[in-house]
Amino acid sequence: MSGFDKVVHSYEEAMAGLTDNMTIIAGGFGLCGIPENLISEIKHKGTRGLTLVSNNCGVDDFGLGLLLPDRQISKIIASYVGENAEFERQMMSGELSVELTPQGTLAEKMRAGGAGIPAFYTATGVGTPVAEGKDERQFNGRDYILEEAIVGDFAIVKAWKADRYGNLVFRKTARNFNPMAATAGKITVVEVEEIVEPGQLDPDEIHTPGIYVNRLIQSSFEKRIEQRTTRAAGE
Amino acid sequence: MALSREQIAQRVAQELQDGFYVNLGIGIPTLVANFIPKDIEVMLQSENGLLGMGAFPTEDEVDADLINAGKQTVTMAAGASIFDSAESFAMIRGGHVDLTVLGAFEVDVNGNIASYMIPGKLIKGMGGAMDLVAGADNIIVTMTHASKHGESKLLSNCTLPLTGKGCIKKVLTDLAFIEIKAGKFHLLERAPGVSVAEIIELTQGELVIEGDIPEMKFS
Repeated sequence: MSGFDKVVHSYEEAMAGLTDNMTIIAGGFGLCGIPENLISEIKHKGTRGLTLVSNNCGVDDFGLGLLLPDRQISKIIASYVGENAEFERQMMSGELSVELTPQGTLAEKMRAGGAGIPAFYTATGVGTPVAEGKDERQFNGRDYILEEAIVGDFAIVKAWKADRYGNLVFRKTARNFNPMAATAGKITVVEVEEIVEPGQLDPDEIHTPGIYVNRLIQSSFEKRIEQRTTRAAGE
Repeated sequence: MALSREQIAQRVAQELQDGFYVNLGIGIPTLVANFIPKDIEVMLQSENGLLGMGAFPTEDEVDADLINAGKQTVTMAAGASIFDSAESFAMIRGGHVDLTVLGAFEVDVNGNIASYMIPGKLIKGMGGAMDLVAGADNIIVTMTHASKHGESKLLSNCTLPLTGKGCIKKVLTDLAFIEIKAGKFHLLERAPGVSVAEIIELTQGELVIEGDIPEMKFS
């Protein structure tokens, strides 16, 4: 099968073409819904000088944190990066450049990038360090700043299910940034838990249409939990 | 007596109204969920993409794909919905959330808030806080009135990098409930047993006191 069939059979094939100094947009929130095997493949490949666009940067030994020990990331654009000792060390020493970006602005930068919108105005960040050097303009008496869209050389995405054509369904809050990331990659690579035949997903239930997806691979996932918080049964 | 963390949450919960969509920040704001009055319905928004957040799961219910904005495992309440991050912040930026409760390091008389960065010490990032303070009309900031060393957090001018400008109108501390209007703090209520003089002492920005200031009531 070819044509719209996006399935690849190895991680090497999934990340083929990734070279030093590229920009990668990654889905995920904390460790939830991260493309964990694609990240491992980037570590394995040893690609360096990368700009990563992701809400967070994983923890020391899982997720995007895996790319830190070999200094593969030179810049990260993220909203919250607090869970990672090696990250803090590299940031403080200047080895890693960090562009802190409000979470909603980050989501919108990806969405706009994927939708061919080069920039947008938002009230988020007005009067704060985020506004420095950005155009400001008033609409209806309120101040807004101009934020530019982001497009990645690659986007790496984790979905729950897909059909061979790359139509995607996400599961619960593992959706988060993944649908926007999927639209904003020049090459979008998606890893999923299950691949079905075209026609087996209800078109009304597809979250991301396959037009955004270039490569698709099935795998298994550790799905590590960052903050396991429970209540006693019956409470 | 200064309020405990639970009492601060309990007082905030009195501001909830039936049918409110509410976003609770990390820390004391999260505790507000434990004090939602039984006779009203409130839906909790978690900015990672969940409206209708439920209780923490039992050990059997834990699902790695279902977390809140604090990265804790959670459950979904009946009537919950799931959406992506852009949709989540469209709700927040579009002003659709009725009440936002979040913590801060400092607030000033002009409604400025600093809550995300202490240069040289704490540089973890703003997460969704800048979007929340810019997008919501109705915000309650919860924090201690002063630092452990007795330095006021209610200032004439914030000293730390801002999270938002001119966006805070209500602050609930362990000592007082304060409204911000026309460039001044206004004392609305005091914690039980805390005197107006103590509050004045620990408030660096201009504080207006009008008439008798009632004590907060806890049922």
